[in-house]
Amino acid sequence: MAELASKLLSRRDLEFMLYEWLQVEALIAAPRHADHSRETFDAALDTSERIASELFAPLYQRCDQDEPQLQGDRVKVADGLKSALQAFAEAGFVAATKDYELGGMQLPTVVSHAGMAYFYAANISAAAYPLLSMANANLLLAHGSPAQIDAFVRPELEGRYYGTMCLSEPQAGSSLSDISTRADFDAESPLGAQYRVSGNKMWISAGDHELSENIVHLVLAKIPDENGRLIPGVKGISLLLVPKFLLNADGSRGERNDVSVAGLNHKMGYRGTVNCLLSFGEGRYQPGGKAGAVGYLIGPKHGGLACMFHMMNEARIGVGLAASALGYTGYLHALDYARNRPQGRALDAAGKDPTSPQRPIIEHADIKRMLLAQKAYAEGALALNLYCAHLLDQAELSESAEERQGLTLLLDILTPIAKSWPSQWCLAGNDLAIQVHGGYGYTRDYKVEQFYRDNRLNAIHEGTHGIQGLDLLGRKVTMAKGAALKLYAERVSATIARAETTPATSEHAAALSSALHRLLAVTQSLWSAGNPQLSLANASVYLEAFGHLTVAWIWLDQLCAIGAAQGDYYAGKRAAADYYYRYELPRIGPQLDLLEALDRTTLEMRDEWF
Amino acid sequence: MKILVALKRVVDYQVRVQVKPDGSGVAIDGVKMSINPFDEIALEEALRIRDAGKAEEVIAVTIGPQQAMQQLDSGLAMGANRGILVKTDKAIQPLTAARVLAQLVEKEQPGLVLLGKQAIDDDCNQTPQMLAALLDRPQATFASKVEIDGQSATVTREVDAGLETLSVDLPAVISTDLRLNTPRFIKLPDIMKAKSKPREVIELDSLGVESGDHLSYTRYEPPAQRQKGEMVADVPALVAALQAKGLI
Ligand SMILES: Cc1cc2nc3c(=O)[nH]c(=O)nc-3n(C[C@H](O)[C@H](O)[C@H](O)COP(=O)(O)OP(=O)(O)OC[C@H]3O[C@@H](n4cnc5c(N)ncnc54)[C@H](O)[C@@H]3O)c2cc1C
Repeated sequence: MAELASKLLSRRDLEFMLYEWLQVEALIAAPRHADHSRETFDAALDTSERIASELFAPLYQRCDQDEPQLQGDRVKVADGLKSALQAFAEAGFVAATKDYELGGMQLPTVVSHAGMAYFYAANISAAAYPLLSMANANLLLAHGSPAQIDAFVRPELEGRYYGTMCLSEPQAGSSLSDISTRADFDAESPLGAQYRVSGNKMWISAGDHELSENIVHLVLAKIPDENGRLIPGVKGISLLLVPKFLLNADGSRGERNDVSVAGLNHKMGYRGTVNCLLSFGEGRYQPGGKAGAVGYLIGPKHGGLACMFHMMNEARIGVGLAASALGYTGYLHALDYARNRPQGRALDAAGKDPTSPQRPIIEHADIKRMLLAQKAYAEGALALNLYCAHLLDQAELSESAEERQGLTLLLDILTPIAKSWPSQWCLAGNDLAIQVHGGYGYTRDYKVEQFYRDNRLNAIHEGTHGIQGLDLLGRKVTMAKGAALKLYAERVSATIARAETTPATSEHAAALSSALHRLLAVTQSLWSAGNPQLSLANASVYLEAFGHLTVAWIWLDQLCAIGAAQGDYYAGKRAAADYYYRYELPRIGPQLDLLEALDRTTLEMRDEWF
Repeated sequence: MKILVALKRVVDYQVRVQVKPDGSGVAIDGVKMSINPFDEIALEEALRIRDAGKAEEVIAVTIGPQQAMQQLDSGLAMGANRGILVKTDKAIQPLTAARVLAQLVEKEQPGLVLLGKQAIDDDCNQTPQMLAALLDRPQATFASKVEIDGQSATVTREVDAGLETLSVDLPAVISTDLRLNTPRFIKLPDIMKAKSKPREVIELDSLGVESGDHLSYTRYEPPAQRQKGEMVADVPALVAALQAKGLI
């Protein structure tokens, strides 16, 4: 059996998704990408794969074992991390999708995401630093002033500054309306309205380190109204840029701002990424001789959450992609192990001979079941995330406002799924990867246990699984009078229509079609109940059913692209799709039954009965 | 001074190739192809020499099928100034490669030819030496350090006994070993910049070099399975074990 060329991702599969399925070469028709060709896309992927495998992957276990440490007020991270991240930035990955003028390559987002998947697969906790910086820079490019962009974004794109997002507080995680960090107006400055920020931010990834010259914190805080009162609810939230070091007039690094680490969090996984409780304006430093951390207002006053969603939506797709990549690399590790581990014999006559050599475990049906499940999850999840990235490209390039709005709506409704589904099912895949390894998988001699621990975060941060369910059912399916759901249903129906006409896919098309109609009917009846509390009681179940249906659609759409193509690669795709339609899609039947019945079990359960 | 660097398209070093079941060759359909790692080191060295102001131009040359343009593209994105593809669909043996390169040297008149000591596909380790002989110019093989001083180069070579340093007059042929340098990663913006660099395609047949095969391959076989190892307690036990096997 062929040796795997790489245990990070399958390049063959990436090429199928990009070129045969999504046909991203068509993006070259847009003036923005006119200088590109498949050759330049491939060259960018080559460089990603190379830096990921030569510099990121070798540090994977070290980042886990050498957790960040607080030494005085300095945070020390694993050796080698700095140079790996520097190589990433120097190769131009932070700026990959940006204008030539900004040092970028004007690479389509979908190709850049495909390249990023290599880094996530190789070392997720190292790649989290640039993931955050890139989303941070994108937010500033969309909402910052030219002066703010020059001062902070350019160095971020060069990899000299890293970015964070500071939303959560100890008492306010899912419920951001309850944040208590405040910002008081200080003065006008060349970098915009200047405020003094004070408060605590919990769980801040990349919150402090010496990997970069400066750190650009994007902080949600409340600005008091004219009467000096903090406005309750999300309407009072503003967005401030708080750098770790202030800048001198010439842009060079100046005085230390009053942002400091109050403590590090010791995590289950993702350990290479520093995660800390940050204090703003606590008084350790006195920038400009005054109390409070200096922050510059980004976007409109009291309009901070909307700006932050820019970063959050991008980060959510990034999280989904990272979860997919972890699922993918786990699958390839399990596949490699299963091909090389002899254990047991076949259940046929030949296997009855105890003197015959043991057979590789990949020959056991149960092992193939676990590998097929992982393949179906990982490839389905990666395809879904690349599909979303491709929508981003299409929306950005579209010349029709109407079309752009439609693509954006579609992306809005897919975002909670692109984030949650891989976080749940690629974790399940990592669980199976451990199982395939048997006892060896439970030791730290193999990477699969770390994949599992690392991937476990993805259902928690960037909006928990429960919050994504509420977002999907409570907001996304009803927004714009159900327009997003309608567009979604149209896309799924178009795939069904294509698949129906071919005998090879017509059975799956029929299954998907009936699942879609049921989902739409159930959505209707959920919202006819006239009781939001009841409708939303099982929002997570809805999210899971919607997600499973979505990935079934993505699989069928890929089968349509494959057509009658022959060979092992395509046979594998068909087998994984069959697995998905036989083992996975049927799971949603009972979920939809429960939703349709407006089940009250959870709602009526009482605290005192536990 | 110009530097000519030869780049060969080979199966990527991370791919574990398999022998075809009928023993007629190695299965390379659909596998990843890259620049021969030793040649990449040669290119890196040429770029460093140029960037230190000791050469003006680095010309990357590859001999191979149209697809070898990918490796030339990579070489240009790494920083070579221009590229030449000598096109042929035939597998090229060392003497033919040396003859083709010799012709290009006649044409381009480089002060230095840098190339990998061997290609990781056939591991011949012959082309640089043959090229130097055809050109009747000095050669320094297996270089782990190269210093250009005006009309000559001081080269440290990796030899069985350790390191050997010699001085060669330029123009010369230098072949590179693994420890000479660590090649740079390609930067994304440079992939775009490389698009406008000149690329010349020359049909091998048009050069009129004698290109008949001098070697013929009879059969391919995978290497024998490694035998299980055995731990010994100390050096005397090791010596005894080796003696028992008649190895010393
Ligand atoms: C490793 C790590 C990195 C992180 N990085 C960052 C970062 O860089 N920046 C940042 O700002 N934050 C970050 N976070 C914070 C993360 O986004 C929060 O942990 C998350 O939003 C949940 O908040 P919480 O921990 O306070 O949990 P809670 O909000 O207290 O949630 C606890 C449980 O209650 C459920 N729940 C809460 N509210 C509701 C509701 N209304 N209805 C139903 N169920 C509900 C949740 O789903 C969850 O299961 C990070 C977290 C971790 C663990």
